Amino acid sequence: MSTEMKQVFGRSAGLTDVPFSFCPGCTHGNIMRLIAEVLEELEIIDNTIGISPVGCAGFSQNFFNCDFIGAAHGRAQAVGIGVKRSLPDRMVFTYQGDGDIAAIGTQHAIHAAARGENITSIMVNNAIFGMTGGQMAPTTLEGMKTATSPYGKDTGKDGFPIDMPRLLSQLSGAAYVAAVSVDSPKEIAKAKKAIKKAFQVQQAGLGFAFVSVLSTCPTNWGLSPVESLKWLRENMMPVYQMGELKVSEEVAKL
Amino acid sequence: MKPERILLKGNEIIGEASIQAGCKLFFGYPITPSTEVVEYLSGQYPNRGGDMVQAEDEIGAINMCYGAACTGNRVMTASSSPGVSLKQEGISYAAAVELPIVVVNVNRCGPGLGGLGPAQSDYYQSTRGGGHGDYRTIVLAPSKAQELYDFTMDAFDLADKHRNPVILHTDGFLGQTMEPVVLKPRPEAPVVDRSWVVDGAKGRDKRVLASYSLTNEIGEANNLKWEAKYKHIEETEQRWEEYYTEDAEYLLVSYGTTGRICKSTVLNARAKGLKVGLIRPITLWPFPKKAFAPLIDQVKGIMTVELNTGQMIEDVQLAVECKKPVYLYRRQGGMLPTEHEILDDLMLKFNLTDEEA
Amino acid sequence: MVKVNILHEYCKSCKLCIDICPKKILKIGDKANKKGYFAAVCIDQEKCISCGLCATMCPDVAIEVYKAKG
Repeated sequence: MSTEMKQVFGRSAGLTDVPFSFCPGCTHGNIMRLIAEVLEELEIIDNTIGISPVGCAGFSQNFFNCDFIGAAHGRAQAVGIGVKRSLPDRMVFTYQGDGDIAAIGTQHAIHAAARGENITSIMVNNAIFGMTGGQMAPTTLEGMKTATSPYGKDTGKDGFPIDMPRLLSQLSGAAYVAAVSVDSPKEIAKAKKAIKKAFQVQQAGLGFAFVSVLSTCPTNWGLSPVESLKWLRENMMPVYQMGELKVSEEVAKL
Repeated sequence: MKPERILLKGNEIIGEASIQAGCKLFFGYPITPSTEVVEYLSGQYPNRGGDMVQAEDEIGAINMCYGAACTGNRVMTASSSPGVSLKQEGISYAAAVELPIVVVNVNRCGPGLGGLGPAQSDYYQSTRGGGHGDYRTIVLAPSKAQELYDFTMDAFDLADKHRNPVILHTDGFLGQTMEPVVLKPRPEAPVVDRSWVVDGAKGRDKRVLASYSLTNEIGEANNLKWEAKYKHIEETEQRWEEYYTEDAEYLLVSYGTTGRICKSTVLNARAKGLKVGLIRPITLWPFPKKAFAPLIDQVKGIMTVELNTGQMIEDVQLAVECKKPVYLYRRQGGMLPTEHEILDDLMLKFNLTDEEA
Repeated sequence: MVKVNILHEYCKSCKLCIDICPKKILKIGDKANKKGYFAAVCIDQEKCISCGLCATMCPDVAIEVYKAKG
């Protein structure tokens, strides 16, 4: 007698069938899966427009099963705002790396938050410029060796890492700001909750929602995928403020 | 019912025309001498169903236009020279993704911070695709209030027709001048293909609007496609005005505010018995080469009148295949010439005297 | 019965699933996929408890998990 089986884990309808082109162990894939599942659970896949940046995150346009627009480096939030102002009833999200938001795109991130633009932004922070071969980023940790800090990032010369979610949580128009990670099943569960809330904030029209997700870059960190998760846990999580950093009154009632 | 005729400032005319053309989205930033476009729309939009953002900077504004245009709605930004410099990457991206966007440049003098006075020193920037890559934007050059209105409307129609950014290239003098304008109703909008629009994949497959070419082969194929489009536009959209050219022995070539001044120069020259005519380009790109072909053999010489160091003159020399002498009369830094100064210079350059008439 | 199905062509051999599996029943297989990766395989389906941790950690969404009904 054969036992009846039910599927408890499968590929979300929010993803296309295209295999991810990221490096082995890169947690971009985990983060994208969470977003796809949220889009499916909230039943908004066909009402959503995603904005992809320049960087590894730029490939997201191939993997999500919704309309996508490719933006110039750093400009995804401005592009998303244009979409949202044009079609206010659509769900708009940006999916950007830390190089995109915390370097060239900082201006737009700050003003999107200040104006309370009703979009959802996800930042994938691996403390490095991944796509271009592992250069130092404004989020790179002190002492980290990268292609442009071969002797280790010198905070005296290159500054301290920028904590974007902490920065944005200061702004009145930011309704929901969270900093999460995907280094373990427990953190992945927290990350999904935060991402879901960030989309629900947009659904309710409550203002700017931002989730920063700590992520790995095994290739440019020079570590194995398993070692990378450990490195993230031990080095990045102590530096960046984690958790729900801003929950407006209205968001708390959701 | 007769359309309304009102007195408006140049920049306000552009704003009003855009609303009449069905554009309800504007993203901009204050910069003299274009600021009145932003200000006018911020006052008009709330009661007329529009939405605008005074963006954090010019780069934000052009990228907001890019996003909005992807959704298939009409959108405009307005700025002046240094601000338009900032927008170049965004315009290049819009051209690559083939988006209808109207970009207004109220040309002021440069380079650098420059001054607030009128100039035509952004001619190269507008006509050569001022950002990176091989692209072109249609460029319209109004010379008076009614053209500010009419050409703004045309800009939206051309942008939709060709799925391309269009630049409305005006100057600080026109932008600041108050003149009466007839608020003509919007012409019938062109029927355009909207199967490319990104507005949520309900009931259809997903669409992606992006411009990365993963392989060199794709890159070449893309560029060949755009090249064909630009060739088609060059063939079909050249516009110009001819003024006393039928028997002209000398031609003035000038656009915008100086194009307008040159009409007085032509009349003064004719009063002296000099057979001078004017070609006033209306599209700066595609440059109206067709205007020159029938006149090359007839004329003895040409003089361009520009508010720059000599930019359009190259296009004129190319248009006449360097078969006749082409000189330049120019003012810079925001200075405007009088019709007399232009005529004096024409006569000097071609050794003409009153007795020649 | 199959409780954990690793999609051969999606796997990139990153070993995150192997590392997290509480029953230690996932290993790198000996068959390369079209991209040249030696995909992970489950070596003992009976021992699988359908916890789904492997699928949770997989960055390529390459793992399907099934549970016995009832």
